[in-house]
Amino acid sequence: MTGRKSPWGNENGGDEPASVEGEAAADADGPTPSADPKGPRNPWAPSDNDGAPRRPSTLDDMLRARARKTGGGGGGGNGSNFPRMPERPNGKSWAGPIAGTLALLWLGISTTHILGSNEQGIVTTLGKYSRTVGSGVSLTLPWPIEKMKVADVTSIKRDFIPDGDAEKLMLTSDQNLVDISYLVRWNIKDLKLYTFQLDDPHDTVKEVAEAAMRGAVAEVPLKDAMGGGGRAQIELRVRQRMQAILDGYRAGVMVQGVDIKKTDPPQKVVEAFQRVTAAQQNAQQQITGARQWAQQVINQSQGNAAEFDKVYEQYKLAPEVTKRRLYYETMERVLSNNDKVIVEANGVTPYLPLPEVKRKAAAPAAGGQ
Amino acid sequence: MHSTYDNRKPLLITLGVLAVMALSCLTTVPETEEAVVLRLGDPVRVINRFQPGVDFGQTGAGLAWRIPFLETLVRVDKRMLTVPMDRQQVLSTDQQPLEVDAYARIRVIDPVRLVRSAGSTSRVIEQLQPILSSVLRQEMGKRSFQSLLTAERGQAMRNIRLGLDAEARQYGAQVIDVRIKRADLPVGTPLDSAFARMTNAKEQEAATILGQGERDAQIIRAEAQATSAKIYADSFGKDPKFYDFFRAMRSYDATFSNPKNPGSSTIILSPDSDYLRQFRGK
Repeated sequence: MTGRKSPWGNENGGDEPASVEGEAAADADGPTPSADPKGPRNPWAPSDNDGAPRRPSTLDDMLRARARKTGGGGGGGNGSNFPRMPERPNGKSWAGPIAGTLALLWLGISTTHILGSNEQGIVTTLGKYSRTVGSGVSLTLPWPIEKMKVADVTSIKRDFIPDGDAEKLMLTSDQNLVDISYLVRWNIKDLKLYTFQLDDPHDTVKEVAEAAMRGAVAEVPLKDAMGGGGRAQIELRVRQRMQAILDGYRAGVMVQGVDIKKTDPPQKVVEAFQRVTAAQQNAQQQITGARQWAQQVINQSQGNAAEFDKVYEQYKLAPEVTKRRLYYETMERVLSNNDKVIVEANGVTPYLPLPEVKRKAAAPAAGGQ
Repeated sequence: MHSTYDNRKPLLITLGVLAVMALSCLTTVPETEEAVVLRLGDPVRVINRFQPGVDFGQTGAGLAWRIPFLETLVRVDKRMLTVPMDRQQVLSTDQQPLEVDAYARIRVIDPVRLVRSAGSTSRVIEQLQPILSSVLRQEMGKRSFQSLLTAERGQAMRNIRLGLDAEARQYGAQVIDVRIKRADLPVGTPLDSAFARMTNAKEQEAATILGQGERDAQIIRAEAQATSAKIYADSFGKDPKFYDFFRAMRSYDATFSNPKNPGSSTIILSPDSDYLRQFRGK
């Protein structure tokens, strides 16, 4: 059938169909699409009023036979071409069995309920609370006498407040602002209360969370709200407060936990907060540097003192000799590294003007290179 | 088929009419509603009335009777209802503005009164909204900004609840709770000045931290110097004269024969000097 429009469509009813069904459809539909305004036709439906020659098929025969018997076919030219079901052998209508099946279906669907392990159902009899059923299969009277409302009670619901990334500023006790976002985890503790007690239980949980969080943050200074330990305390306090309020409403809700996701300074003062961090690092650097220096100084003095002590020990054993030895050794090092001029005490004539001579000799040699 | 239907037609019609009449006598009231029965406009009884402490299933919800055409039912929500309050600016005694978002939870306890005074719960909520905001503004205007922030701690919330409750009772409702959902500084000058204050405070903090760092570093250095001085004193104090000699030798070494700083000084020595004592052969 590739490359050809569907034989079931009406636009090429005159084409040569590839299949028997297609031919039947083409014959039944009449010559041109414009002549038949009713759109696609059911090829299985017979058509009594067109004079086109038909090529009988077993199916057509059967349908036509039925159409005659019931006096006017479903596939009439300008009437509905909805196919009718064959009659039952005894000639009675199908209405009875259909109604029976529907009634059975209705009974089956509205009386049998299968609940998952995390679910509970509230059964009401004509609006009146009757019972709460747990997981598994349970039976009720058919709808609309008994109705069951099923809810997931064990799985934890999570509400992020605020919803999205918007900045949510809260005032702290020292009248500073903190951008806070948190998560409330809760589940249904008592489905009956949850269903009947509040007009909008889910919304109530959120509102209570907001009120409790605002209250808790307003009781601590900014430092505690932002710091680690204070945060855990706020979480605990909010949870307890929420539970107390919700229990007061008899909301049937169990607050599992409140998790603060982030506490940031407001966007507009972030820079100042960063400056504080920088200052802290700077101060820490200074202190570390000072400690290093201090250690050096102390080490050095300990070294020097130890050296002195050792020498002093020896000195005590032979004071005069040690002293002279140290003196000569030092003078040796000093004088060997320097120019020496020995001058007669009562005159100024140098005995040995050697340094000058040496330097004069060295200078041209260096320049000639 | 047609004939059997024709024969039973009167009977079927009668049955149908009876069924419709029976059904119009019956009605259902769900657990979440209470219904006031009005007989020609006069409330005569309440179906499923709210009773504190009575569990669901015991309060009369479910199937109920009424006289058709004569009695009509007005249904009232039995659940706890929310009275929201739009954002409201309140001014504390110290003239600081605060934007407050609050809600009240109410419950209809006298549906007959409610039906008579307001007609429906949504009307009651509508009527209570302005009362809530005025009571709240009044009560909060008596307090300092600081105590507004922790309004739950004080008497404020209780007073607001009582104030609203007095009004709500006239509509047959009871105020269970009033909560402040949000309390923010209004956008504009108050918010900006809070930001400025925070920035200032943080800058001061930064400066203080830097100063403390410097101070601590200096103290550490000074302590090290003191320790070092003590070490020297303990050691050198044993023989100051020898120390003088020893240190002088060190110093000569460092000054005149420092390999790191080679330079040639010219040292003029007298033949009489102690170093040259042996030189002279004496």
